[in-house]
Amino acid sequence: MSKFEFPPSIKSRPVWGTLEARAGKHHLMIADAEGAEAILGIATPELMANTHIIYIPAGTDYAARLSALKPAQFYEGPSYAAAVTRIQRVLQDAHMGLQVYLTGTEGLMGQAMHEAMQAGIPHTAIQTEHRGSVARRMQCVHCKGITENVETDPFVCSHCGLNLFVRDHYSRRLAAYQGVCIDAEDPGNVPEPKGIYE
Amino acid sequence: MSIQFHKETFRGDYSFHNSERAIKRFPFPFDKDSYMYAVNMEQHRGGPADSIYEKRFDVDEHYISEMDDRAMVLADDPLRCQSLPHMTLAGWDLLELIMVSKSEDYPDLFELHRNGDQWRWINKPLGIDDSFTFMDETTLPYGPMEYITRQTQGDFCVLDQRDDNLWMDAGMVTTQADWSLDFDIGMNFFEWHAPVPLAHEKGIFVRALKFLLNIQQGAPARRLNWTMTVNPLLDTSPENYHKWGIQKTTLTPENIAAKQHLRVELQTFFRLPRSNALVFPIRCYLCAFQDLMTVPKWGRRLHRVIRDLPVELATYKGFIDNRPMMLDYLSQFDDGQPTSLGIWPDLDTEPPLKSA
Ligand code: HEM
Repeated sequence: MSKFEFPPSIKSRPVWGTLEARAGKHHLMIADAEGAEAILGIATPELMANTHIIYIPAGTDYAARLSALKPAQFYEGPSYAAAVTRIQRVLQDAHMGLQVYLTGTEGLMGQAMHEAMQAGIPHTAIQTEHRGSVARRMQCVHCKGITENVETDPFVCSHCGLNLFVRDHYSRRLAAYQGVCIDAEDPGNVPEPKGIYE
Repeated sequence: MSIQFHKETFRGDYSFHNSERAIKRFPFPFDKDSYMYAVNMEQHRGGPADSIYEKRFDVDEHYISEMDDRAMVLADDPLRCQSLPHMTLAGWDLLELIMVSKSEDYPDLFELHRNGDQWRWINKPLGIDDSFTFMDETTLPYGPMEYITRQTQGDFCVLDQRDDNLWMDAGMVTTQADWSLDFDIGMNFFEWHAPVPLAHEKGIFVRALKFLLNIQQGAPARRLNWTMTVNPLLDTSPENYHKWGIQKTTLTPENIAAKQHLRVELQTFFRLPRSNALVFPIRCYLCAFQDLMTVPKWGRRLHRVIRDLPVELATYKGFIDNRPMMLDYLSQFDDGQPTSLGIWPDLDTEPPLKSA
């Protein structure tokens, strides 16, 4: 599957990379949906012997192929929210030499990166690769509620119901982009929603 | 000179107004007839008597009312004041800097009595007389940054310095030009400036950061920034934009003189001694167009600057839709005569407006 080329953007917007197997005693790979493809792409038996995979299929059917890689530990979770305490626990034990790999949607990578940074791993040391949906995790600047998997611009805040436009301004702490009311100066004048990159 | 504090509002009936003195000392931000982003920084070592540059933290006639407005913003939204856990020491540094500066610069308004770590702070305009133990948070009603910035005009960003960058790790932000502390907290210098057009490409932020990283204790710096605000609304936050944005559409040729305000930020930079953090006070001054036009030089110049401002800047600053109406109004005050260099009003030397 071809990777999405994000258009050039402002400096707060994260730039995702390409995973590569790095030397290390321990490897933690956190992925959702099509992120499985990036793991399949770098997996070798030697790497997998020291790898813990945390995977959220999100309706895809890659899980069996990932577990067939025979990683040292494999967890399949129903949602990121369900997996997050496990992620925190695993990161507590993060030693020097732990390699962290994040792949899949921006929402997954952003949130898992936040947890890794909380555990003291600098974000520059974390590998990432975007795969799959280009949907965004958005924070409404007005009510502060987070709406997951936003695919269109504008969209309706799932908490307060305001019509929000999708900014590229991104907070690593919140793992979210910013949504701002689009019709504040002309109430009711809300353009037809389009895909974010259309 | 003793200050007559106004009882006025920055919301609702907008009773805010500037006295003649406040107009004369307004920090008009344009030193020539055009404007573009630049690394416009200089030492903050006083300035002309009674100017806003004279003291380290300027206190003016709006002090009490601005503090009332801040308290209302915080009551509605406590997230406007935040401090990450490692920033408490910088908060004490800031409290000390402000208490020492204000008590030295305005001895008739503020007093600081120190006996070891036992401090007594008297703020006469706000009717505060508190004794506390320096560096002991439990002896103050708020954290040290919040305590002192509830008593000091202007927003405050407290920046941690590490990895050759500045990190916005604490702040009190209730009078901002449309940016969110809650969203930006934890970002570095390039990240929080990401939405600004043109300046990154011009290398301005790289050079500005280099300058800031080298600011030494006791050698503060300053710059001016500006934007436009309809009605004297201090809290032009993104959080409340869905409420105040509509006010931009209430401008008419009849009310523009009174309603349209030039909003100027005096931004200063101080190194803090114990934490090595940098504090960035952003002091907002508002002035109605009709008051600015009482200074002939400013009338001529504001028209030229707004007329020739690049579209990207007028859009970013949020007044692109109102620019034609502004120009219709401002052009009446531009008779084409030359203007003197510098920001000062030069009332005695600049010619009066020639009537058409
Ligand atoms: C460390 C202290 C500083 C802080 C905390 C700070 C913070 C900010 C913030 C939050 C914004 C709004 C960005 C947005 O749209 O979301 C901004 C805008 C801006 N900043 Fe800074 N800044 C600092 C220093 C500087 C310096 C030294 C310069 C020097 C060139 C500068 C130049 C600008 C410019 C040109 C804008 C756009 C303003 C406009 O057009 O209204 N900043 N700054």
